[in-house]
Amino acid sequence: MTSGDFKETYQDDIKIFQTSFVKFWLLILCLALLVFPFLASKYLIYLANISGVAIIGALGINLLTGYTGQVSLGHGAFLAIGAYTSAVLAVRFELPFYVLIPVSGLFSAICGLIIGIPSLRLRGLYLVITTLAFQFIVEHIIYRWKSLTMGDDGIALASPSIAGLTLDSDQRYYYLVLVVVVLCTVSMKNLTRTRVGRAFQAIRDRDITAETMGVNLTKYKLLAFSLSSFYAGVAGSLYAYYLAFISPDHFTLMVSIQYIAMIIVGGMGSVLGSIFGALFITLLPEVLGGLTRALGEIFPAFVSRLGDVKGIVYGLVIVCFLIYQPAGIHGWWIKIKTWFKTYPFTY
Amino acid sequence: MNEELSYFMQLLIGGLSVGSVYALVALGFVLIFKTTKTLNFAQGELMMMGAYFCFTGVMYFKLPFVAAVGAALLFMAALGFVINIVVIKPMIGKPTFSVVMVTIGLATIFGHVVGLVYGHLEIKFPSPFSVNQVVSFAGIYVSTVNLWTIGVSIFFLALFYIFFKYSTIGLGMKATANEQTASMLLGVNINRMFALSWVIAAITATVAGVFLASSSCLHAEMGMIGLRALPAVILGGMDSVAGAIIGGITIGILENLAGGYLDEALGGGLNQITPYIIVIFVMMVRPYGLFGKKHIERV
Repeated sequence: MTSGDFKETYQDDIKIFQTSFVKFWLLILCLALLVFPFLASKYLIYLANISGVAIIGALGINLLTGYTGQVSLGHGAFLAIGAYTSAVLAVRFELPFYVLIPVSGLFSAICGLIIGIPSLRLRGLYLVITTLAFQFIVEHIIYRWKSLTMGDDGIALASPSIAGLTLDSDQRYYYLVLVVVVLCTVSMKNLTRTRVGRAFQAIRDRDITAETMGVNLTKYKLLAFSLSSFYAGVAGSLYAYYLAFISPDHFTLMVSIQYIAMIIVGGMGSVLGSIFGALFITLLPEVLGGLTRALGEIFPAFVSRLGDVKGIVYGLVIVCFLIYQPAGIHGWWIKIKTWFKTYPFTY
Repeated sequence: MNEELSYFMQLLIGGLSVGSVYALVALGFVLIFKTTKTLNFAQGELMMMGAYFCFTGVMYFKLPFVAAVGAALLFMAALGFVINIVVIKPMIGKPTFSVVMVTIGLATIFGHVVGLVYGHLEIKFPSPFSVNQVVSFAGIYVSTVNLWTIGVSIFFLALFYIFFKYSTIGLGMKATANEQTASMLLGVNINRMFALSWVIAAITATVAGVFLASSSCLHAEMGMIGLRALPAVILGGMDSVAGAIIGGITIGILENLAGGYLDEALGGGLNQITPYIIVIFVMMVRPYGLFGKKHIERV
């Protein structure tokens, strides 16, 4: 038995499946994910579906903010663009979902390209404000362009169907979400191992240095924006189909903050971190909901203010993670892994 | 005076008063930015909390209005001090993004704490100023609240201008912003500068909150109006006190004019996003604002 995992070539170092141990457990995870809907209750499948959507969105913003260092407060707007593209096209032209999901992603990516243009000159705080402005402008357009988006009334969608099979139950929809999540995760993991991924990280660490080393800033910054928006668009589209009804309320600034919170909590610049964060932030309100219902028996006034309790906890989670655990859950994960790997010699 | 011109003047004056509230909030942003080089996204929420403290003083403790404002100022100053110690100090030396995110987290907490305690309904603010109290000159009606807001903004502008230009503490703050280590070596107490800038920012926020609540009403989403002051900061340049005031008033007037003239053509509520549309254009042309210093990057 080796005393550690030593890499002798660079190829070894960037392999996805580092050891056969990892391969084995990933296989187990895949099987577990496949049989999950047969064993779980309807509520658990619902949670799995919304977590899946959140994972795709979180991967997108982690690509932009975690890997490339371009902070965006407009992720909710890109989700909205994806969701509304699907909804409008599905209602007007009755296109099938397997066309609309990529189309929504693409349209969102084009919008991402446009909002990426100011990023060529702006950094840090200024970019935060531009994306914030974009979020509000998109919200406003959706709210006011009633002939297209129905404004406040929202749009209802039919359940997606493929070859005569309608994905109308949570269980069936679960498999669609699962497929898309796996595709997105694998492609993102692979992207980060290529020249493109390394260029993104170079831009994050110091953009001027990256440029002097031959990274084309214009190309890669715009690429990061459009890829990130593509993920957001796909997530938005899936979300719209799953809810079967969307309105401007689903894509407020709070949603953008939630996605930022996901990658802060999960771990910036890490695929696994995006997944952890998405699960944590999506499941947190459900746990809180349970707790407040329990507390509600003692303080009945509490239940009606559930939204505020959630908001406070989101805020606290963001602040506490940033102060005490900047590496996020992924940081803990690495610590635990190292502890096991090096046991009993913990140095 | 013909009708069209008087409509225009009316919009202009309305914009001026909205703009002066923006200017007051923007001052808080600039103050924090000048000392700590970060943006405080919780500025709008501080403003809202200041107004709620004042409201509580009047309604529950039956204080006279001026005393309630004084108490609110004291409480908010203490809150600014505590925020600095609990949240901002541990973040010194961390990337700007993290510090900004912490203030966004704070904004979320404050907004929802107020929502939890007071609910989300609009509350009439017990102000001695009434919106219906108007002065008219030459056919244009101006409510006294608006005049007061403009006056107080100008007063604060002068105060801060003198403070940053002549007082030792103000100079110390500027030095801290410029180069922390060097100013520490020259005997500037950086901790005190940080604490002071938060206290002062909380105080200006409270003043802005009281005036904003007086001119409309009190509600838990008031913090969003603070976010609309951000474009003002960008327009003026993030490190310029005078820029904050001019930016605030310009944005206020432009959004009121856009609301007044374009709303019918483009559907209502245009004034709420005009500041953001302006900010995107400003960013593309002059990212450092009209009065800000151009930042030269060195590798």
